[in-house]
Amino acid sequence: MQKTTASIKESNSITTTGSAAVLDALIVEKADTVFGYPGGAIMPIYDALFDYPEKIRHILVRHEQGAIHAAQGYARVSGKTGVVFATSGPGATNLVTGLADAMIDSTPLVCITGQVYAHLLGTDAFQETDVINITTPVTKWNYQVTNAEEIPSVLARAFYIASSGRPGPVLIDITKNAQLQTFKYNGYRKCEHIRSYRPKPIVRPEYIEQAASIINEAERPFVVFGQGVLLGHAEKELIAFLNKTGIPSASTLLGLSAMNSEHPLNMGMLGMHGNYGPNVLTNECDVLVAIGMRFDDRITGRLDKYARQARIIHLDIDPSEIDKNVKTTVAVWGDCKETLPLLTKLAVEKEHKEWVDKFRSFAKEEHQVCISRELFPDGDTLTMGEVIQTLNELTDGNAVIVTDVGQHQMVTCRYAKFNESRSNITSGGLGTMGFALPAAIGAKFGAPSRTVIAIIGDGGFQMTIQELGTIMQTGINLKILILNNRFLGMVRQWQQLFHDKRYSFVDIASPDYVQVAKGYRIKAGSVEKREDLRNGLRQMLKHEGSFLLEVIVGREDNVFPMVPQGCSVSEIRLK
Amino acid sequence: MNQTPERPEFTITVYTENQVGLLNRIAIIFSRRKINVASLNTSPTEVDSVHRFTIVIHETEDVVRKLCRQIEKQVEVLKAYYNTEDEIVWQELALYKVSTDAIAEKVKVERLLREFGARAVVIRKDYTVFETTGHREETDGLVKQLEPYGLIEFVRSARVAIIKNSKGFHERLKEFEQLEPGEEVIENEFLDKKDEVFSM
Repeated sequence: MQKTTASIKESNSITTTGSAAVLDALIVEKADTVFGYPGGAIMPIYDALFDYPEKIRHILVRHEQGAIHAAQGYARVSGKTGVVFATSGPGATNLVTGLADAMIDSTPLVCITGQVYAHLLGTDAFQETDVINITTPVTKWNYQVTNAEEIPSVLARAFYIASSGRPGPVLIDITKNAQLQTFKYNGYRKCEHIRSYRPKPIVRPEYIEQAASIINEAERPFVVFGQGVLLGHAEKELIAFLNKTGIPSASTLLGLSAMNSEHPLNMGMLGMHGNYGPNVLTNECDVLVAIGMRFDDRITGRLDKYARQARIIHLDIDPSEIDKNVKTTVAVWGDCKETLPLLTKLAVEKEHKEWVDKFRSFAKEEHQVCISRELFPDGDTLTMGEVIQTLNELTDGNAVIVTDVGQHQMVTCRYAKFNESRSNITSGGLGTMGFALPAAIGAKFGAPSRTVIAIIGDGGFQMTIQELGTIMQTGINLKILILNNRFLGMVRQWQQLFHDKRYSFVDIASPDYVQVAKGYRIKAGSVEKREDLRNGLRQMLKHEGSFLLEVIVGREDNVFPMVPQGCSVSEIRLK
Repeated sequence: MNQTPERPEFTITVYTENQVGLLNRIAIIFSRRKINVASLNTSPTEVDSVHRFTIVIHETEDVVRKLCRQIEKQVEVLKAYYNTEDEIVWQELALYKVSTDAIAEKVKVERLLREFGARAVVIRKDYTVFETTGHREETDGLVKQLEPYGLIEFVRSARVAIIKNSKGFHERLKEFEQLEPGEEVIENEFLDKKDEVFSM
């Protein structure tokens, strides 16, 4: 058993291997869960891992993409940094989709890849790939270690960079010789400062004052918030600000669950399939306060028709987001955990009753035209909306909901109730099909006491279906809900609406999911009739252990409302 | 892409750590957006351990400002500035290989070289290498003039530039090394200094 930092006294050093130093770093960083897959170039690290069964839990996945999505789910639900091990070559390239996903959705990850011996670099050695250059555009930072002496300081920087400021994925590539090398180890010290890196801009009171005076003058202010609130642990600060100012608010896809779904100032979700009022009234508000969000094109619709009438206040920790897509009137740079209370202090207590009522009347119209049909349908087939509605009734909004990408994702995010923060995990920016199953596995490890439900379409489920093996082997209690419409539904919807119903290669066949689950020794069921839905869901939730429930839903149902691409948010269609 | 009134020339100066892979990290910020880099130079600076990139592009100021923010966001980048031509002093170096016979025989060539302030770096029996430093128009001008006499080889370096209004990086670096940055380093300085500040 290797000694750890705790046992190394000041100025004393021990001789250890690079691999042991990697694991010691994880222990000091309290990274007790690793998702990974072994292979030739990372074998020394796995060999060392064999000695740490109590301190580090390793989850063996079925594919490296599964490992990184699991680490993302783990990080998103817990707020901790997710850790991944993968080998060189294909092991490393299989991480790329997850890195890109974590990069665009600001998820803190430290990925450690093995690499061929340093003397073989650039020789086209077996399983050699230039992982540093492949991953440069999709990592916040990456670094190749060829000498074990660098390992403690490089890993300290990796954890610091991944988790501080605007979080993101970091990849550390370690050559096999560095893993095997013995060196004089002085213990692991956490990194607290890198001179070329400023995780947080300094908060400037003058901009808080300017922002506050604009907010105080506003007659129709509107708050749009994103994942920045969750990443900054600023949920309470957001509520305090809204409660005092009385400003109606709406969330981006990734901001969901930062605010209780039932809060009277929560007007719902923004975006292409967001709620009617928040989209239309974006173009009627006089002040738009954006908090921890980045004006993604799925939020703004056509940019030159987005909130042109409004003065824009943008709170963000990342200076490069200011004015990137939408020109701001006042930029409040900083961590919203710090800036929101300062703003609240200067804000005048107000109610915007008429303005809030306007949102409510839009909500009413949306309900009549769109929501009621979706949640309480009278047709023969089940709708995705009624599945989510029934699930809400059974979970009371207390579950962690992990979604994949497509129609089921939009419907779930529209209708799922969230009582607790960090309960919505979905692939937002990258839109990675296949994300949900592995991410849900990671989420369960990150929040073991909570019910975790992976809601997945029949397309996305087949992309990472192999992770059922991980569920089987770890024996976790995960709920898998497949909303099967026997189509790649979102693409089909677009083909119907914008391509004259030319359904090009969206008719996807499914295996018998119940049999597949059975093969993996996972309990399963399938529901097609309305009268069986509630019982099916109840059985899934009550079962001690993982359960897969397939629900057959209407084949050609569409998600509405919808802002057609190239249209303004106020041109949102209800049907 | 050449300079146009809508896309004037900007010189971007980036102070960085000296790190393998950083060149790629900076280069892909341009290539991802399909922006052509007209010239790129890497160099040491007045401060040990700090590296300097000088990049020339033709883009709108709005785009250049966003690019600088993306560059500055990179972990190992200390600071990125952008400047218009009148805010910098700049030079490029060019080498020209011509036949020695042509110079010896044709007086006009020698006169041209004198006019352009060229310097002979190497004189051999068969060829002579001249060097000029100056602005693009000057080096281009000499190429045009030499072509009729058989210009064997021509190469021009990337631009190097000094920002007129800069006090160098010694003092700035001290601020970066502090745990809490002072007024100079904080990223939102441009908001209140506006015209005075030559950076973003």
